[in-house]
Amino acid sequence: MHIPDGYLSPSTCAVLYAAAGVGWYGALRRLKRAFMTRLIPLISVFAAFSFVLMMFNLPLPGGTTGHAIGVTIAAIVLGPSGAILAISIAIAIQALFFGDGGITTLGANCFNMAIVGSLVAYATYRVVAARAAITSRRRVVAAATAGYLAANAAAFVAAIEFGIQPIFFHDARGVPLYAPYPLSIAIPAMMIGHLAVAGIAEAVIAAGLVAYLQVADPSLLRSTCGLPVGASSTPEVVLQRSLRKLWVTVALFMLLTPLGILAGGTAWGEWSANQVNAATSWKEVSATGQNQAASSAAPDGLRRLSSLWTAPIPNYAPEFVKRPSFGYLLSAMFGVGLLMAFSLLLQRFLRSRRTAGHR
Amino acid sequence: MMKRNGAITGTLVALTRAFGNALVSEQIARHCGLLQALDPRVRVIGLFTLLLAATLSRRLAVVVALFVIAVLLALLSQVNFKSLAIRVWLVVFLFTGVIAFPALFLTPGDPIVTSRTGTLQITAQGVTTGLLLIARVETAVTLTVLLVLTTPWMHILKSLRAFGVPQEVAMMLAMTHRYIFLLAQTAGQMFESRQSRTVGVLDRPAQRRMTTRTGGVLLSKSVELSNDVFLAMQSRGFRGDARVLSEFHMRSWDYVGLLAFLLVGAIAVWVGRS
Repeated sequence: MHIPDGYLSPSTCAVLYAAAGVGWYGALRRLKRAFMTRLIPLISVFAAFSFVLMMFNLPLPGGTTGHAIGVTIAAIVLGPSGAILAISIAIAIQALFFGDGGITTLGANCFNMAIVGSLVAYATYRVVAARAAITSRRRVVAAATAGYLAANAAAFVAAIEFGIQPIFFHDARGVPLYAPYPLSIAIPAMMIGHLAVAGIAEAVIAAGLVAYLQVADPSLLRSTCGLPVGASSTPEVVLQRSLRKLWVTVALFMLLTPLGILAGGTAWGEWSANQVNAATSWKEVSATGQNQAASSAAPDGLRRLSSLWTAPIPNYAPEFVKRPSFGYLLSAMFGVGLLMAFSLLLQRFLRSRRTAGHR
Repeated sequence: MMKRNGAITGTLVALTRAFGNALVSEQIARHCGLLQALDPRVRVIGLFTLLLAATLSRRLAVVVALFVIAVLLALLSQVNFKSLAIRVWLVVFLFTGVIAFPALFLTPGDPIVTSRTGTLQITAQGVTTGLLLIARVETAVTLTVLLVLTTPWMHILKSLRAFGVPQEVAMMLAMTHRYIFLLAQTAGQMFESRQSRTVGVLDRPAQRRMTTRTGGVLLSKSVELSNDVFLAMQSRGFRGDARVLSEFHMRSWDYVGLLAFLLVGAIAVWVGRS
């Protein structure tokens, strides 16, 4: 993805230098405000790490090997501003010291890989990981998705840069002066390799590194996890967060309970003895029971057993409530309250037994 | 060797090659050649001017002339011609050639060769664009490699600083360069130790797991290293300001060199403008 000198026109290079300059300036300002003295060694060592990571030969499914850019793990650990600077520094050293990637195209390479790559990787990671715990598998999936999308987004932008060259830069005879292929060729040519190999390499390395850090050094994942500082991954906090979600869901369902009275008739098989006796109800029973012959009275067993227990709030309609929808809602709250009380009692009972066992 | 755990061996080869290239570069930078005799700032401006001229020029003859100038500069600066031919020109020719080749057929224009079936035709415009691309990339890469080979990294950094690059950025470039070799060495040792303890052949998923775990360990080590460096900098009184010592002094020979570069660049842009 490193565009060498000569493939892009000077005007394209100048525009992309300017665009990259805006990114560098913004990232530097943001980081300076946050931690100026800590910035230089952190970014430098991370840039060196990304550089070395790019040399890793990663075996990929299908028998091929690929190289990662390292932009995703940089965005996950350092955040977008740190990643923009670290990857830009790594790209600059590749160009200026190792002659890999051009000098006139340095702005373009930094724009594609460091800026677009970092922003896409960071946004994807945050969206997919959401507020999952640091040790959640979801973060590994988020890192893989972020890596795949970041590498492909960077490649796509590079493909557009290549593809616009023959449109804008050609001589009087129509000879393209720089990269010769139009967008219709440049985009598929660039994207096939990245969709099939480079994107997978970035996804595998990002997911692998996040999985490793979750076990070995979770603190490195904390700065961009989107969770409050110091309260991110303890099991209690995770449980509390899950319980909060559960309560919200239960409350929502309770509010929706009156929907049950919109449907006419009685649920099949839930008839009372009186309903079975009624002529209109029996028609319904007969219709849903494959036109079984009508009976003049409710079956004996049903009549006998239905009188064993009389519910305090029959049909979810307390007697003192006039509006059926409010009755439904009240019944839901009552039911949930009963279940909560039961679960709390059970919890207390189990805890007391465990404490007694420890003694 | 390459077949056995190929990806790990490939990584080791890449890391070793990086060390080798850096060593060669440092050695050549110490030679007494034409470019080495010039002030590093003149070298940076001059070679960048030629690079810009090669990029701006629209005529093949002008780009080729700039390539010849780059080759002459390499010879006068005692850069190994054979190494340049194999490591730079051949690689660039093959890489760019593969990219440029389909342009012979795909670029619309005046046909100069048509296949018997008439489905394929090479156009004059296609040939010109292919040759122009190869010549321009060869010239640009040669000029960049010349700068890299004849200028020690610290001199490039000082020159950048002289051209207004913020000191924080210059410092980060310097430190990154220093730690690349340290981390590359650490990574190389980790791969080597694993390779030496491995009996038989690791399957691909195992190699993949090993590579990502090595990356993870390297990442942890990098962050630890950055903490150590930060504490060391703080203990030495670092408060975010950095002063770079400048020993560069322009002599008359440097002015002549600068003028020559600017003149050649300007002529190339003027002649190659259409």
